[in-house]
Parts: sequence; C-alpha cells; structure tokens
Amino acid sequence: MRAPGPVDRRRGKVGERLFVWLCLACVLVPLAMLGVLLGDVIVDGAGRIDWAFIRGFPSRRASVAGIWPALVGSIYLIGLTAMMAVPIGVGAAVYLEEYGRRSKVAGFIEVNIANLAGVPSVIYGLLGLEVFVRVFGFGSTILAGSCTLALLVLPIVIMASREALRTVPDSLREGAYALGATRWQTIRQVVLPSALPGILTGAILAVARALGETAPLIVVGAVVFITFSPDLHSQYTALPIQIFNWVSMPQKAFLENAAAAIVVLMVVLLLLNSVAIVLRNKYQKRNY
Amino acid sequence: MQQKRHTDREYEAELSRVRDNLLRMTGRVEQMIADSVRALLEGDVPLARRTIEDDHKVNRLEVDTDDLCLLILAKRQPLGSDLRFITLAMKMVTDLERIGDLAVNIAERAVALSGERPAAFAAVLSRLAELDQNQLREAIESFVTRDAARAEKVCASDDQIDKLYWQLAQEAQKDMAHDGASLERGIHVQAAAKFLERIGDHVTNLAELVIFLVRGKDIRHLGKLES
Amino acid sequence: MPAKPQAHRASAAETAPKKIDVKDLSAGFGDKTVLRSISMPIEDKRVTAIIGPSGCGKSTFIRCLNRMHELSPIARISGKILLDGRDIYDKGVDPVLLRRRVGMVFQKPNPFPTMSIRDNVVAGLRLTGSLRRSTTDQVVEKALVQAALWDEVKDRMSDPGGSLSGGQQQRLCIARALAVDPEVLLMDEPCSALDPIATARIEDLLHVLRNDYTIVIVTHNMQQATRVSDRTAFFLTGDLVEMGSTDDLFTSPRDPRTEDYITGKFG
Repeated sequence: MRAPGPVDRRRGKVGERLFVWLCLACVLVPLAMLGVLLGDVIVDGAGRIDWAFIRGFPSRRASVAGIWPALVGSIYLIGLTAMMAVPIGVGAAVYLEEYGRRSKVAGFIEVNIANLAGVPSVIYGLLGLEVFVRVFGFGSTILAGSCTLALLVLPIVIMASREALRTVPDSLREGAYALGATRWQTIRQVVLPSALPGILTGAILAVARALGETAPLIVVGAVVFITFSPDLHSQYTALPIQIFNWVSMPQKAFLENAAAAIVVLMVVLLLLNSVAIVLRNKYQKRNY
Repeated sequence: MQQKRHTDREYEAELSRVRDNLLRMTGRVEQMIADSVRALLEGDVPLARRTIEDDHKVNRLEVDTDDLCLLILAKRQPLGSDLRFITLAMKMVTDLERIGDLAVNIAERAVALSGERPAAFAAVLSRLAELDQNQLREAIESFVTRDAARAEKVCASDDQIDKLYWQLAQEAQKDMAHDGASLERGIHVQAAAKFLERIGDHVTNLAELVIFLVRGKDIRHLGKLES
Repeated sequence: MPAKPQAHRASAAETAPKKIDVKDLSAGFGDKTVLRSISMPIEDKRVTAIIGPSGCGKSTFIRCLNRMHELSPIARISGKILLDGRDIYDKGVDPVLLRRRVGMVFQKPNPFPTMSIRDNVVAGLRLTGSLRRSTTDQVVEKALVQAALWDEVKDRMSDPGGSLSGGQQQRLCIARALAVDPEVLLMDEPCSALDPIATARIEDLLHVLRNDYTIVIVTHNMQQATRVSDRTAFFLTGDLVEMGSTDDLFTSPRDPRTEDYITGKFG
C-alpha cells in the first residue's frame, strides 16, 4: 500500500466534509420540520389565547370554549403521577443499583424494565382499567388516571435514576464506608445527593411523557366534555384529550381552539422543564 | 559472584564506571608504591621525579569519582547495598589518594638521598613494600568479589606490617649512631618506612570498608567508640 | 505549624506495644489468593510502611485491617487480626463500628462533592448520627488544624469540597478521617496522585500525626517510606518477605529479595 499522496488527502477531506454535512442535515431537517409545525400552530392559535379561553369551559360554540377543566385535569394528573412515580422509581433504582447489584433477581428485573419501557401506552390503559378502575374501585377518576400514568412512566424514572446512581463514583461510597457509615446512611447522605441531577432529569422526562398521553387516559375513562372543574373524585379530562376532541370537530373555529390549546400545553411543558432544569443546574454546580 | 543486574541499564553503567575508576586508581597507586620504593633503593632519582609528577593522575581520578558518586546520589537515591557502595566508594577514593600521596613522599625521600643507595635496608624495605602492594591488591580483590573473609585477612595482616616497620626502625636507629652520613640516610629510610606503615593503615581502612559493604555491619573503630 | 515535642515518644529503636497483631492472614478474591499467611505486628503510635511491587497484596492487606475487603462480594478471608487484643473478625464485632476506630485515606482524594468543606470534615460524624451541633465548630477546627489545612480554608468553609487543589483535597480527607477520632489511620498511597510540594506537606503532617495515631501507609515510593516510617514491611506476590526497622531495612536488608527490590534489580 503506497503512502497517502496529495490526491488521497483531498479525497479524504472531501469525504469528511460530506459526512459532516450529512450529519448536520439529519439534525437540521427534522428540527426544521418541527419548527415549521410549531410556527404554524403558534400563528394559528396564539391569537386565540386570552384569559377567558384559559378560564373557560368547553362549549358547542367555538368562540366561547375554554380549556380550564382540561388544564386543571392535566396539572392534577402530572402532579399525582410525579408524586407516585418518582419515589417508587428512585427506590427501585436504589434497590437495583445499591443492594442487588449482582443478584439474579436484580438482573431479571433489570431486563424486564427495559421491556416495559417499550410497551405501547394503550396496554397500560387496559391494565389501569382493570386494576385501578375496577378492582381497586377508584372508578373513572383522576386517581385512577394518575396511577395508570405512574405505571407508564415508572420504567423511565427507574432507568434514568439507575444511570444517575451509576455515575456516582465508587470512591465516594468507599469514602463513606471507611468513615463507619452503614449502607443506607451512605446512600441517603452521599449517593442520592450526588445523583440528584440525573434523577431530576428522569423526573422531567417522566412528567413530559405523562403530560402528553392520550390513549391510556381514554381507556381508563377520561371524558371529553365536562363543564365543571374536576377534582380527585369526579370525572375529568386532560389537555391532549381536549385537543384531540377539537381537532376532530368539523368546524374550522375549533381548529383554532385546538392550536391555542396546543400552545398552552407547550407552555406548561416548558414551564415544568425550566423549573426542573433550574433545579438540576443548581445541584449540578455542587458536583465537580 | 555473579551480581543481578539493575533494571535501569544506565544506572548499571554508572555504577560500573565508579567500580572501574576505583580499580584504575588502585592500579596506579600500586604502581606508585613499587616505583617510589625502587627509586629509593636503587637511587633512581629520575624515576622518583616521574612518580611525583604522575600523582596528578590519581588526584584527577579522585575528583572524577567523587563527582560521579555525587550525581548517582542525586539521581538514583540508592538504597541497600548500592547506598553502601556509593558512600564507601567516596571514602575509598580518599584512602587511595592518600596512599598515592604517601608514595610521593617516599619518592621525595629518594630525591633527597640524591642517588645514594641504602643497601643495608634494602631487604626489609622491599619486603615492607611488597606486603603493602599485596594487601592492597587483596583488599581491592575482596571489594570486587564482595568477599568479606578475604578482607578480614587483610585487616589481620596489618600487624605484620607494623612489626616489619618497628624492625626497620630499630635497625635504622642502630645505623644512625655510626656517623653523620649514616644519620641523614637513616632519617630518610626511617621516614620511608613510616610512610609504608601508614600505607598499610590505609589499606586496612579499605578492607574495613569492604567488610561493611558486604556485611552491612560497621566494624570500624571496634572497641574505640565508647569514650 | 509548630511541631509537637517528641520527648514522650519512645525512640524508634525500641519496640512499642502492638496495636494490631496480624496472625496468619490469608485473603483473596474468588479463586485467586492475594495474601498468603501473613503474620506481623503493627506497633502503637508508630508509622508502619508497606512496600512491594504492584499486585503484591499491599492494598488488600490494609483493606483487611478495617474490614473493607469483605465489601467485595467475592472476597475471601481467613486468619485473625487482633486490635488491642480482640479479633476484629469475631462474630460479635460490628464492622461499621470498627471502621470508626480504624480510619482510611485513599489514593485518589475523594471529598464529598455535594458538601461544603465544613460539612466534609464532619461528614464522618454526621453520616453516623454522632454529630452534636454545639461542638461542630470545635471539631471542624481541631481536625483541620491537625491536617495542616486550617489556615488555608478558614475563610472559605462554605465552599464546595471539590473546589480545593489536589493536595488540599487530600488533607481535607485526612481531616475528615481524623474528625471521627480513630485510633488507627490507614493510608493507601495517599500521595501518589499529588505533586512533590503537596506530597512534602503530607509527609510533614505525618511526622506530627504519629504522636497520637497508629499509622499504616502503603506506598510504592521507597524514598517516601524511608522518610516517614518507623517500621517497614516488604510484600512480594502475597508473602511477607521481610519486616523490620526502616533504617535497617533500607540500608542493610536481610533478605536478598528485599535487596533486589529496593536497588531496582527486579524485572
């Protein structure tokens, strides 16, 4: 094989440039499509948003329809889902990572969690219907809905928390043991604080996923049209469901409503993400 | 005795250079003892002068070896037998250089006799010089072969050298009583004998250093450390 | 920092009482045996250095002394280690409590990154729930003074533990270990990740610490062992080859294998 000459070098450079552009295109094209979509929605719906829209209730007349029940429902849902999924998920991750590292049980569980993350969300809806709505007797309430969503996002929380726990170097654990700390003391005071940024990331992902789910909620009995503000024991609806409903209406005015509701949904999502990111950055600064 | 080699070959080479320098110095001073005594006994003044001039080569070797040892101490921070070897090498060159100076002193006495041959003392002087050379050779051999037993024999032979010296001193004193010429001759011969006796002492020092190198036990000043 | 007077400390030539007595210690991982029948004393209020080539079992040895070796799931261990006469592997001995008597400092400094300097120092006490709020400041100051770090950090106690330089971090870890008030301090190559000046500071520190603590230091730097220790043990592929006074072992070792190792005739 002869040594690379000037022609080869030029060819190599051209090839590399092409590759870089190709990669850039793969990133930019979908982003561009997304950007166009979002831009379109914002243009369509931003004008429709006013205080009456947010505080209003659904109606057959597009101009007075509002998203209040859906907004309240969504917020309740993600609140409860997070409150249930995060502690359980982190606890499971702690067990798998700290206590059960080499046991066969832990290995078995680990494989199945990855599988669970890939199960279609409708299946979770069916599970929730049977277990929470019927067997537990919660009925078609926000409680049943959030339990179902909690199950849905649990694998995400577990996997993200496990990754976060894995990034905590063993030298920290050893340092704590060498000081005469028990395993639980070490986990609580050294490992978990260090893993907090990653755990928060997992929580953000979980909440974002829960916010956008439609199918499982419909299966467990979320309704489309309610005219009162829901609470834990009543019927309820959620923003994605409301959006889906309006999009399927024939009147064009409802499309504008849907667009507006999408914008509200995104704003809520953005707000949640920002809070979590701020928290994560604050804790990350402490980790060197 | 086959020594294990150091992993760092440059270090091994540096230690070899120190060893070679010591051997070369020994060879030179041995020659100087032989030459100076011969010059004294045969009245060979040119030989005596040459011997005196050659002393600078020994001094040069002393300085070079000291520099080399200093560098090794700084660079290699030797331990164990290497540490003992380097520190002892620095002491050995001092003893060897002193032996060279003493040979020069003998040669100076040969010059002072200006060609006169002290035939009466030839036998004892030669014997004394021969003893010194042999013991020096034995001491350096024991150093090369790390043979402590051989070095101990060198220490033991110091008595023999002392006895010969006293014998010579007494003979010289008897001779000096004869006449004026004999007096001057006697003084130079006695001085030369004293120098040879002190060469013997330095050779014993060398042997004691070798024992310390090999055994790691300091036998110097045995019995004379407590006040 | 003024050196403490050493008048009350027995001269290095005399043998001190045994703080730790290792009897027939064998240890390993799974099928692999790392230590073979080690028996040796660790004298009270002395610095004992453990030297030897990589893989000779030095780190495993000191991890046996504070029962950290058994944290590995495939660890094996047999033999006795007597601390003040009592076997630390006795059924009634709680390893967690043992580790409060026998502290450890690691090769790579490992201050807790989410805690401030002050919190790092008392971490040992807080982790185990033995911290009293009223004495925190005193404990912190005492430990940092002992670790020769007080002057450098007294104005920045709330800064995160990880914001210090490598040498300062290691001294912080030493302060952290000392705050628990152990009797024995184990150090696993504490200076190997540090520059020469930081190393010199820690060696200087050891000269003062040994008045109050029994110290066992693993090091692959023989010159360091000669500088800081009173006794040295030479390990080779799991065996204790030679142990004796540091001064004697490094100038006139008894075993030819020791001689070969310290003069660099290995490999």
